[in-house]
Amino acid sequence: MEQLKRTPLYDKHVGLKAKIVPFAGWEMPVSYPSGIISEHNAVRERAGIFDIGHMGIIKIEGEGALALIQHVATNDASLLEINQCQYSVLCNEKGGTIDDILVYRLPMSYIIIANASNADKDLAWIKKHATAKANVGFYENYCMLSLQGKDALKVAAEVLNAPLSSLKHNRLFWWRDIIISRTGYTGDDGVEFIVSKKELAGIWDLFIKKGVAPIGLGARDTLRLEAGLPLYGHEYNEETSPLEAGYSWAVKFGKASFIGKEALLKQKEALPKHLVGISLEGRAIPRQGAQVYSGDGKNIIGIVTSGTYSPTFKRPIALAYLKTNASNVAVEIRGEKLPGAVVDKAFYKRVK
Amino acid sequence: MNPENLKYSKEHEWVKVEGNVATIGITHYAQDSLGDVVYVDIPKVGKEFTSMQEFGVVESVKSVSSLYSPVSGKVIAHNIELAAHPEIINKDPYDQGWIIKLEMANPSELNSLLSSSDYEALLKSGH
Repeated sequence: MEQLKRTPLYDKHVGLKAKIVPFAGWEMPVSYPSGIISEHNAVRERAGIFDIGHMGIIKIEGEGALALIQHVATNDASLLEINQCQYSVLCNEKGGTIDDILVYRLPMSYIIIANASNADKDLAWIKKHATAKANVGFYENYCMLSLQGKDALKVAAEVLNAPLSSLKHNRLFWWRDIIISRTGYTGDDGVEFIVSKKELAGIWDLFIKKGVAPIGLGARDTLRLEAGLPLYGHEYNEETSPLEAGYSWAVKFGKASFIGKEALLKQKEALPKHLVGISLEGRAIPRQGAQVYSGDGKNIIGIVTSGTYSPTFKRPIALAYLKTNASNVAVEIRGEKLPGAVVDKAFYKRVK
Repeated sequence: MNPENLKYSKEHEWVKVEGNVATIGITHYAQDSLGDVVYVDIPKVGKEFTSMQEFGVVESVKSVSSLYSPVSGKVIAHNIELAAHPEIINKDPYDQGWIIKLEMANPSELNSLLSSSDYEALLKSGH
């Protein structure tokens, strides 16, 4: 078996008595002693800090950088101002998803943030399509860290002594060799950092000493699920398009060309499936793979891609692909068909 | 940590014996591994189970674990507090977090269960 990787913060998690689990080839903290629900609530009420050092950071430089990104990703990167970010999707020729990513435009280069499970795949894919005018490689020696919650900006400004009050959403700036972006994956406000590996532990300690709760992957999942955000391997895979996942706004058909454009144009006419939220009664939790039936329990109309107990709403919630429209469904859990309502997949929306 | 007056199964359940009645729950190790318990699916009074038969599930945010009956018997009570407060299993797994009570069909089955020191040895060995 291949050796699992560790981020520079591994010893910190062990010191904090986290439960460590394998995830996407890494040993990561799934929760700390206070538990998933407590960590989830800490982010919703105040702030929490996440080690996301397992995520891939790909740097693209050279005069062919923009053209390369325009070719491999669905969104329009030419719209990016310097120090701006956008959500985008790498598709294959069939319009299936290779990965969902963030694209950062820096003054002299672009950065692609890739899911941990797809970092190597994405790098190989982008390199395969690169011309001599674009230099593609991992952004070695740097790791990501995330600070999320309504107090995140305030805390980050205090701890780092950084002027964050004018940082807008999806914008970034450099602060003492840290790239700070107002981005996140929880549905709440927050910032993410790209920090050098040697500074990472020190920065982590500053936030922990300030009383910010450390948050593991378990709560990372309940938070993003409540916000209706997709997770590759669940809502996205190579047989699922960004249109089906509800991200048609990130697919810019006005672009001259990009990989998957023709297939997506065809698919747009009639989507084979679409992503919805399901809110269930009772307490039994739907899990990935659970069959979704029509409300009368007679016909299978879809499948659950992610499910959990929502700490904020105190009920089971799920994301699911449906073949047809429905407002009431029945989800099969351990042989029983339990009633649920189809709702907006963004169960949680932060108050603006 | 694991009360000495209880018996234990390899599936991380405990049994308290009072006369012919067995009270069953899950151990500290089990609740700690699960994390926050959010749901317990347990059988109605009157249902019968044989030893090692699955009698329900315990759900946490991240996983579902089956509950196996350490002994054969008929359910005579289940802990109604767990419906509204499943987290009692995390807070007090050996007392308030009890799950079901069975009228035992075959008390000699208790002999194949583990003592607290045997259970502790099992945990140390990494089962």
